[in-house]
Amino acid sequence: MKPGPFYQRDRQWQPPALTPDYKTSVSRSPQYSMISLETTVSETTGPVFGQNDLDPLDKDLLSNYAKPGESPIGERIILHGRVLDENARPVPNTLVEIWQANAGGRYRHKKDTYLAPIDPNFGGCGRALTDEDGYYYFRTVKPGAYPWRNWVNNWRPAHIHMSIFGTAFAQRLITQCYFEGDPLIARCPIVNTIPDPDAVEQLIARLDLNATIPLDTIAYKFDIVLRGRRSTLFENRPEGN
Amino acid sequence: MRQQLDYLKETPSQTAGPYVHIGLAPGAAGFDIYGQELGWDIAGPNAKGERIRIEGTVIDGMGSPIKDVLLEAWQANADGIYAHREHPGDVEEGFRGWGRIITDFETGEWAFETIKPGRVTGADGKVMAPHITLWIVARGINVGLHTRLYFEDETDANATDPVINLIEWERRRKTLLARRTERDGKTIYRFDVKLQGEDETVFFDI
Repeated sequence: MKPGPFYQRDRQWQPPALTPDYKTSVSRSPQYSMISLETTVSETTGPVFGQNDLDPLDKDLLSNYAKPGESPIGERIILHGRVLDENARPVPNTLVEIWQANAGGRYRHKKDTYLAPIDPNFGGCGRALTDEDGYYYFRTVKPGAYPWRNWVNNWRPAHIHMSIFGTAFAQRLITQCYFEGDPLIARCPIVNTIPDPDAVEQLIARLDLNATIPLDTIAYKFDIVLRGRRSTLFENRPEGN
Repeated sequence: MRQQLDYLKETPSQTAGPYVHIGLAPGAAGFDIYGQELGWDIAGPNAKGERIRIEGTVIDGMGSPIKDVLLEAWQANADGIYAHREHPGDVEEGFRGWGRIITDFETGEWAFETIKPGRVTGADGKVMAPHITLWIVARGINVGLHTRLYFEDETDANATDPVINLIEWERRRKTLLARRTERDGKTIYRFDVKLQGEDETVFFDI
């Protein structure tokens, strides 16, 4: 069996482009129908990364920007999980990148002017390769909620942005990880771009007491699913050829 | 026992937001954290082929360039080979074929340098015209947009390209063609992506 094209992306499960409650989408959403393209070699391939591209410290946001002997302020957390595909197979050696606000809800970005202070010991980004079982982990602080300009009084729930590659450009994904129990999740216009409540649940990391380090760091588990692909069982002749 | 289909569902996408640079290009966000940022050298120093520069913008429905957009490029080498084990053939040492592209935060203009890719032969034996796959994320874009950059001057190859020919409307095909110019003896291609309007760029559901 050879790996074939990818399963069609479920556009009822994914957020649509135009979601007026999230105002910025109004002028940034294409209006014509997308052209459907059965994945070609340009989409079933994608960039490959190795340990040489990264430093082991990159996955530890508690120390990757802290001065020696210091640490960022905030709730110390482990964020961990597996990267799988829709066939439930692990995706090994794939690059996972994360970025987030600090515990006060402030990003280290020249365009963020929120009045919560920058934390001198927190950069707010990390990256890791999954292991042979598709497993990844980061150590960081739990990000704070923050206000944003959409309606007059919108607040983002605590979240960590995640970028994942997979083995093919067709699997390329950026998403956000939320935290169990946050009352802002249900009120967030960005979360609510996703029409299916079960799909929203897929973005909420679960408190994982078994993975905590007692008296040290609490843990949340967040599994990521990338698109799966068909296996070529029979060679066929596409219609029209 | 009732039969079950035990497939998983793809994780839903969320916007990259305005601060995507922190994660993917921290230098642009204003700080230096990684020994080596990824994606700034698409072709590498050993790549054969024509060195080109590609410049453009991503324009929103109001006609304004998007200043917080981030693009990723994925391309084959000059022989039409991808740096990936599933594509038979070899690429030059250091050729990754993948890059990240950010804008000037004041103007929204972006540019990157690479080599012009060759024609690519797919698993089905069909030959595609030289092209670069682009993936576009930004605040306000809920799911990253896939498009392709083709080269205006590859007239014959473009005419038989199986992907361009999926597009029914002649006028819309033109939205995928980068315009060739020269400046100071260098080859420049111009590619403006329009998210909405009469000349909306073709995006692919792949």
